[in-house]
Amino acid sequence: MTDKLLIRYSYNIAANDFIAAGKGSSSIKNTLKSMGIDASTIRRIAIISYEAEINLVIHSYGGMLHCDLYENKIDIITEDKGPGIENIDLALTEGYSTATESVRELGFGAGMGLPNMKKYSDDFDIASSREGTFIKITVLLQEV
Amino acid sequence: MKILDFADKLNLDPLYEASKDIEVEGVYIGDLLSIVMSKAKKNYAWITIQTHINTVAVAELLELACIIVVENMEVEEETLDKARELNIPVFKTKASAYEIAAKLYEIGIK
Repeated sequence: MTDKLLIRYSYNIAANDFIAAGKGSSSIKNTLKSMGIDASTIRRIAIISYEAEINLVIHSYGGMLHCDLYENKIDIITEDKGPGIENIDLALTEGYSTATESVRELGFGAGMGLPNMKKYSDDFDIASSREGTFIKITVLLQEV
Repeated sequence: MKILDFADKLNLDPLYEASKDIEVEGVYIGDLLSIVMSKAKKNYAWITIQTHINTVAVAELLELACIIVVENMEVEEETLDKARELNIPVFKTKASAYEIAAKLYEIGIK
């Protein structure tokens, strides 16, 4: 067991870019697949990274999506430029959403983004201020 | 049941028939992407009224068998471009989600 970071994959996620949304997650999924990571872990990472990426697109002024690979775990990290989450407890409540009507019409804004990210994680950290939100989600890798 | 056989039995109109004929292993009906992300599984057919480009991203991430757009909703060209790029089959039908689900039950997908 080691905590040494093996490699970091980073994606710049633009605010309101629904055309590109999902590209970062797709790239992460395909990379992990090519490494032979097990399917159920990849599914969890795909759900987490997609929700994280969509949150950056819908709610932030833009930010970064990172996938940090360690020997025994994967961290999905997002860092954005604001405007921050006013009430984190509410945001973590299933069904609570601040998404606009136009975004909801596209099928987003179910209020399941952060709850899904937490549900599929082994560890979930979030910190938010007006300057930005930082989220780190850890998924432990299964022993082979 | 293989996807082309499935599409034929359901009388689906192919908007993009991918170059893969995989086994459909289940079905999920939903229009809220987060719920679909957490419930639909690999090789599931996804029945929805959503037609915009991000449906293809969801299908690709979950490795779904296909997207079936119901209620004759118009599918954006950029969605089909993305489907071609990622090789995700997209079908369309006038039927409702319920009618398609009932037909699926009839042909033995339970």
